[in-house]
Amino acid sequence: MIEKELVIIGGGPAGLAAARLAAEAGVEVLIIDRMKQLGGQLVKQTHKFFGSKKQYAKFRGIEIAEILSEAALKLKVEVLAEAVVLGIYPDKVLTVLKGEEYIKIKAQAIIIATGASEKVLAFENNDLPGVYGAGAVQTLMNVHGVRPGSRMLMVGSGNIGLIVSYQLMQAGIEVAAVIEASPQIGGYLVHAAKLRRLGVPIITSCTIKKALGSNSVQGAITVRLDEAWQEIPGTETTYEVDGICIAVGLSPLSNLLAMAECRMKYIGELGGLVPILDSSYQTSQNGIFACGDVSGIEEASSAMVEGGIAGLSAAHLLGKVHPQYDELLIDYKQQLSNLRSGPGGVKIRKGLQKMETL
Amino acid sequence: MRIKKHPILNFEGRKELHFTFNNEPLIGYEGDTVASALVASGIKIFSQSPHLQRPRGLYCAIGNCSSCQMIVDGIPNVKTCITILKEGMRVETQKDRGHLYD
Amino acid sequence: MRKTGIPSLEAIRSCFPDTLVKPKAIIECYEEIPCNPCATSCPVQAITIGEDLNKQPRINFDLCTGCGICISSCPGLAIMVAEEVGEQIRFKIPYEFLPVPEVGENWLALNRQGEVIGEALIEKVLRKNKTLVVSVLVPRDLLYEFISIRRPK
Repeated sequence: MIEKELVIIGGGPAGLAAARLAAEAGVEVLIIDRMKQLGGQLVKQTHKFFGSKKQYAKFRGIEIAEILSEAALKLKVEVLAEAVVLGIYPDKVLTVLKGEEYIKIKAQAIIIATGASEKVLAFENNDLPGVYGAGAVQTLMNVHGVRPGSRMLMVGSGNIGLIVSYQLMQAGIEVAAVIEASPQIGGYLVHAAKLRRLGVPIITSCTIKKALGSNSVQGAITVRLDEAWQEIPGTETTYEVDGICIAVGLSPLSNLLAMAECRMKYIGELGGLVPILDSSYQTSQNGIFACGDVSGIEEASSAMVEGGIAGLSAAHLLGKVHPQYDELLIDYKQQLSNLRSGPGGVKIRKGLQKMETL
Repeated sequence: MRIKKHPILNFEGRKELHFTFNNEPLIGYEGDTVASALVASGIKIFSQSPHLQRPRGLYCAIGNCSSCQMIVDGIPNVKTCITILKEGMRVETQKDRGHLYD
Repeated sequence: MRKTGIPSLEAIRSCFPDTLVKPKAIIECYEEIPCNPCATSCPVQAITIGEDLNKQPRINFDLCTGCGICISSCPGLAIMVAEEVGEQIRFKIPYEFLPVPEVGENWLALNRQGEVIGEALIEKVLRKNKTLVVSVLVPRDLLYEFISIRRPK
């Protein structure tokens, strides 16, 4: 059994920020990540990020991944990459699989920052090869330089749907249309504007009915919806596409939290099953923290800030107080408040209100 | 289908790797996952559904959905989307739930 | 705009100054989102957002020199610079596609729906962190319509 002071599960923006703050406070940190490269979903974001300077606004996601990784590695944070955490137990023992090696680690404190996963949409033939989660298409294009198709239909007009459509066009893949079931465009208007400039139609009150093809996607049938979100017969449109991207939202990857017997609650606005947290991002299990998308679907900018708070708090619990503990906590809480105070923050604020306080 | 030129990213200069898919020789690049190398070679069908034998392919590409499982170097149920491609890998489609001990 | 992603002519006009004798930044940020790189990048503090990141940017056209730094700072690619040049307008726009426009080429001028509305002469191409800032000349009557370019087939 290997013993570690602080283990962070997930090396994305939340995990990396937590690692840096905890390491700065003098904690020995180990990050465990499934992938070879650190950065989580940032490694495939080629667009520039929003927010303020403190959240690296204006920088591309891929650049932010590098900045955060370098900052953590500089502080001698240990990394176990290409390793999957299979189990977590209330006495803070982790079981990890790396290749053929099965490792057991006892941690004094754990931060779970495992992020989120694409939701699926139910429609006829949704299991055909060629139906991809939008993130999958991003991974293929932006990490591996592979074109998953030549003409695609995007289902979902939230930020992910809009951004991935733009990135598809940048990679030379045509986007036949972006369809959205609700009557309004879900994501930022600036993302929608970029797509309209390229001649990509955005069709609201429209959903996908069926994917066509026998061995893989060869087309898609969409249908319009009325005010009650019911299909309007006769409004079916067929698109000739060889790929369908599903961007209908993310769901927290909270299995490890449930396994550790943390108290969970289903909150729709936060994406699904989330842990109940206190203001320091600690779960109902002493010494187990959660931050980033796993604690509620939001943005990378908020994930970084939440990670910072969790890192500071975990270090504090371990008796190592960061030299700027008080100032940073106040600053981070202010940053989160700023990010969430606008109209775009309505959903997350509603979701957080529903969370019980411990 | 590989992206040769991209307005933001650079995919040039990667080392070529050789692997086989159902005994067919294919080429991938350093940094590819088994799944990305297969998609780049035009392969869309990764497996079949156990009961109805419907074709299955990639969905999430980051290791969450289990759609992409294949036999890699004799080991079944390998999530090809999070397995880094190595020189000489043998990739095969899995016809059933897999056998660990033959 | 929430349905189509296209602003009304009124909304577009409200982003323009009274005169474009000198080059000025046209910021088409129609929504409150937490973001302020335009304000923090402006070397003459012509753009203000304030403490609340969500507020829409306000531009002081008297201070704006049309330098164009904001064009490649805006993560939403929502800013361009416009200037009257005789019977034409010089637009400096952000562009992130291949092929890269070449100086002297005549490309297609597009409106906000991606429709072709005329021709754009490529004047200059600058590269700022992989976002190209392309300077083009278009006929004056396209002032409120022009937004981007596409290579002719």
